[in-house]
Amino acid sequence: MGLFHHRKRRKSLKTILHQLAFFLPALILMIIFLLYPVLNTLLMSFVSEDHQFVFLDNYKKVLSSKDVINQKGFTQGFPMGALPHNFLWILIHLPFTTFLGLVLAVLFKDLKYNFIFKSSIFLGMVTPMVIGGVILRFIYEKEVGIINAILELLGFQAFTWTAYPETALLSLIFGSVWLWTGFSMIIYSSGLGNIPKEYYEAAALDGATPFVIFFRITIPLLKQMTVVVITMTILWELKIFDLVYVATMGGPGGASNVMALQMYFYAFRQFNFQNASVIATLLMLLTLFVTIPLIKSSLGEER
Amino acid sequence: MKRNQITTTIKYFIAILISIIWILPFLGIVMTSIRPLQEVIYGWWNLKPFTPSMVNYINAWNHPTAPLSQGTFNSLLVALPSTLIPILAASLAAYGFARFRLSLLTSLFILVIILMALPQQMIAIPIFQLMKNLNLLNTYTGLILIHSAWGMPWIIFFLRNFFITLPIEIEESAKIDGASDFVVFSRIILPISWPALISSIVLQFMWVWSDFFLALILVYTPGKLLATQRIPLMRGQYHVDWGVLTAASIVSMIAPLFIFAFLQKYYIKGLVGWTTK
Repeated sequence: MGLFHHRKRRKSLKTILHQLAFFLPALILMIIFLLYPVLNTLLMSFVSEDHQFVFLDNYKKVLSSKDVINQKGFTQGFPMGALPHNFLWILIHLPFTTFLGLVLAVLFKDLKYNFIFKSSIFLGMVTPMVIGGVILRFIYEKEVGIINAILELLGFQAFTWTAYPETALLSLIFGSVWLWTGFSMIIYSSGLGNIPKEYYEAAALDGATPFVIFFRITIPLLKQMTVVVITMTILWELKIFDLVYVATMGGPGGASNVMALQMYFYAFRQFNFQNASVIATLLMLLTLFVTIPLIKSSLGEER
Repeated sequence: MKRNQITTTIKYFIAILISIIWILPFLGIVMTSIRPLQEVIYGWWNLKPFTPSMVNYINAWNHPTAPLSQGTFNSLLVALPSTLIPILAASLAAYGFARFRLSLLTSLFILVIILMALPQQMIAIPIFQLMKNLNLLNTYTGLILIHSAWGMPWIIFFLRNFFITLPIEIEESAKIDGASDFVVFSRIILPISWPALISSIVLQFMWVWSDFFLALILVYTPGKLLATQRIPLMRGQYHVDWGVLTAASIVSMIAPLFIFAFLQKYYIKGLVGWTTK
């Protein structure tokens, strides 16, 4: 294999042009519809309405807006603002889905007909998020919702969870755990399949308990899977839009508002493109920060 | 041995219980969609009386303001080209990233990964303005172009990771026989890559079908709305018409469900593709 690499002659101009042509269709589409818009949005976030360069003024305005960060909310309850809401989403949703997915993957691993169990958990991933939003409204509804029926059986009062500021955001977050757990379960399931059986047999021979095996063998060997699950899950939590749009429209009174939705309100309801660009740019910075490990690992393996 | 059997039984019990809990909301919308509203208004789990009918489905399909029949047709009209165009363009580029030794390729690839993480909000305003200037606002051409570009980075990433794993020897010997890069790509690489191509087709189709945000900002005439856009419109005026809403939800899920049922292997390979080298 190495032989051919050494024998390779210097490329002719024709070969280089020929090879560049492979990238052309993809590059043209990406430059016009992705790269140019990104740079344009970035620029828009730094200029005023009359195209004066104002640097961070728009950022100050947006970050001091109650819609984005509402300091009163931290002591007096929801709404706390779109940005803290996204962070809260990560704080609750990430550990729940990641850990639950791992536990389910381990639980289902050696069971017969486990594709039935896996499919029922995975159904939420196949569901378009618009429909996910409809279903969440449905299960939290006062009369038709099953959650309230169970609570009433236990002696609690029924109410529409998504309609009150105290519960709207949290009920969406926990609802989204139900929708997304299939992702980490499926990734971990495929990771578990790659762990050699001998590891477990050896550990069992040494008298390790299932608990020890789980934490000392399974979790460390799934490290690469965990990086992917955590990265993709945080990206999903930061970008969440359809679900909230359909289930609550960010309400009541902004109590379940999130960044992506706030950007939509700024841009397409108030036509305030500067503020909208600031939100979009902040979101992009957060997603980039999260993606760094993925970039590093996909470049690392090249060398 | 006895103890093992007990553990296994407990495992099955928990697995079945969790699966039932997970399925319950879906069961709820199915039960609501096949019954008249007055029967389910105090809970779909009350089975007395139980009169199944297709009325809600017919009403959703022929909805007066947002007929789902038209929405489903429109969604297909957008999703099919939005799946094929990026896969053609991305597979070419992905092959280049996997095999060619050109300067700048590494930086270009980093750009691709960065674009992969982008939130759609970051391109929303400029593409809205661009489409307006190109007279493509409220057209499927515009939406298809955006979907094609939007899907490109991850398809390139996924296919490039697949192409790297292919043995290079066949390509090398074909080249020694005088085959050009394009001939090698189209005659040797594409035919043996169909599992990866199907995976990307399945995932891209699912994403375009489920998309809401891009359609929301680019397509707005009632007759042109896609299936996902029509669902929020079916809520009903004075009270939520759960029968029609759940029936519409189920109809819009048929395409993704079919794909998942029959092409599950490729769908999951596509998702797990993030983790492979």
